[in-house]
Amino acid sequence: MSVDLATVKRVARLARIAVSEEDANRMVGELNGIIDFVEQLSEVDVTGVEPMTSVTPMDMRKRQDDVTDGDKAEDIVANAPSTDRNFFLVPKVVE
Amino acid sequence: MTELTSLTIAEAREKLASKEITSVELTKAYVDAIDAFNGTFNAYVTTTPEKAMEMAKASDERRAAGTVGALEGIPLGIKDLFATEGVHTQAASHILDGFKPKYESTVTQNLWDDGAVMLGKLNMDEFAMGSSNETSFYGPVINPWKAEGSNQQLVPGGSSGGSAAAVAAHLCAGATATDTGGSIRQPAAFTGTVGIKPTYGRCSRWGTVAFASSLDQAGPIARDVRDAAIMLKSMASVDKKDTTSVDLPIPDYEAALGQSVKGMKIGIPKEYRVDNMPEDIEALWQKGIAYLKDAGAEIVDITLPHTKYALPAYYIVAPAEASSNLARYDGVRYGLRVDGKDIADMYEKTRAAGFGTEVKRRIMIGTYVLSAGYYDAYYLQAQKVRTLIKRDFELAFHAGVDAILTPATPSSAFGIADENLAADPVAMYLNDIFTVTVNMAGLPGIAVPAGLDKKGLPLGLQLIGKPFEEETLFRTAHVIEQAAGKFTPAKWW
Repeated sequence: MSVDLATVKRVARLARIAVSEEDANRMVGELNGIIDFVEQLSEVDVTGVEPMTSVTPMDMRKRQDDVTDGDKAEDIVANAPSTDRNFFLVPKVVE
Repeated sequence: MTELTSLTIAEAREKLASKEITSVELTKAYVDAIDAFNGTFNAYVTTTPEKAMEMAKASDERRAAGTVGALEGIPLGIKDLFATEGVHTQAASHILDGFKPKYESTVTQNLWDDGAVMLGKLNMDEFAMGSSNETSFYGPVINPWKAEGSNQQLVPGGSSGGSAAAVAAHLCAGATATDTGGSIRQPAAFTGTVGIKPTYGRCSRWGTVAFASSLDQAGPIARDVRDAAIMLKSMASVDKKDTTSVDLPIPDYEAALGQSVKGMKIGIPKEYRVDNMPEDIEALWQKGIAYLKDAGAEIVDITLPHTKYALPAYYIVAPAEASSNLARYDGVRYGLRVDGKDIADMYEKTRAAGFGTEVKRRIMIGTYVLSAGYYDAYYLQAQKVRTLIKRDFELAFHAGVDAILTPATPSSAFGIADENLAADPVAMYLNDIFTVTVNMAGLPGIAVPAGLDKKGLPLGLQLIGKPFEEETLFRTAHVIEQAAGKFTPAKWW
């Protein structure tokens, strides 16, 4: 499998990263280099092998579904670039 | 009297306990050293001298009142990946521009609870993605080591390059670091310091900026094995806020030092003898084998057949997890925002301006391998290979091996702005060839300096242990340290 310019632009769009024509062209080569490198995994026989889901065999710790934290609206918006009365402000989404 | 900044944590602890020095004196010595030399190394991205002096004063008061924590009065540097309340926390990225968290990471809170003093935040590769500390928004870190007769500036390794350089240049007594594919062990090896990546789940990941969540693990970089043991004991905890934090008691790692390795079985994996490996590395490995044999350990050849697939599998799993983790940086809740004509345009412009080249490259790879139609071929295949990598280690341990000895890196520190590495991302990735297997299998690994190469640069050996048997690593690394001695750079600054 190899990556072409159209694929790079599609993936950049999916990743929400604006790329210039120049960036996209450079990335074609770089991404193909990396994809070629990881391609060698296809030679490994994985018949009957389970994919790893947890590196340490353990049950995920669970807790009661209680409210244990909160009332921190001001803290939560404190680092936001644009806010109003503890809401995050974004450009208009719906016309 | 020796310079205060040349004391190890254990030595400073003794002098503080005997009232020979105070934390205020010790901290002031570090604050002055940072003032004088941080410009040379670029190890800290932000310093907190006032906070440091306040914390030192409070520590001296606690000591006077009879309350003494395990790191009481010890000045530490903190990697910029750990959230520190009210203090610059940006993962050395522009996209977190101005971010000052309203909370403290569990690891750093544990250190402060044990009496430690914060000197500032340490430089690193952006979002911990790199092996040379050159991807930082704040510029590269300079290694305190130079080759004999050369004035060339060398990298300290990465991603915890600021941590390693600051420890080696005595700009902190010890430092926190993190390791996703080798980011503690490789910079430790490049700077003649000791770094341990504990078992996945030993240190809480809460409040640590996420890169690849199934691989990320915090650990210390320190001047010697004892200091690393002291620091890990404080950093590790069982944390309800991290569901992958493991509910096991934390041993007294320092107590493992000085115990004999007699009768221990040390595995030597043949797959770590790679093509074009410098003679110096092979010689170092043989020296390590001899040290352990002399100490009574039994050396056995072992095979870890899937070793060569660890790095390619890592470059699917880590970018995939990163592309998901880094989706949160969108210019809405924190950090940088670049305005656009609509919300999608704002996201795209913000992320284009905020992320550096290497981070974008990895987000792109991750997005590609997770995109429709490719998931099975790449991500699922990589996770199956990961199962096989882990099984290799399990078989070796099952056959009676107590720890595995390998080189830590395939070379010593290289030059800043190396042209061959800049032109080929994969060549840079190969730096982690010996360390990345350990993250893929979730095991503990320690890098301990064991000698100098022909250029006079430090080289490290790596010991890999069974899950949650960090004590075995400290004990064995201490034997190597005793035999090889310690290595400090000749002071040119």
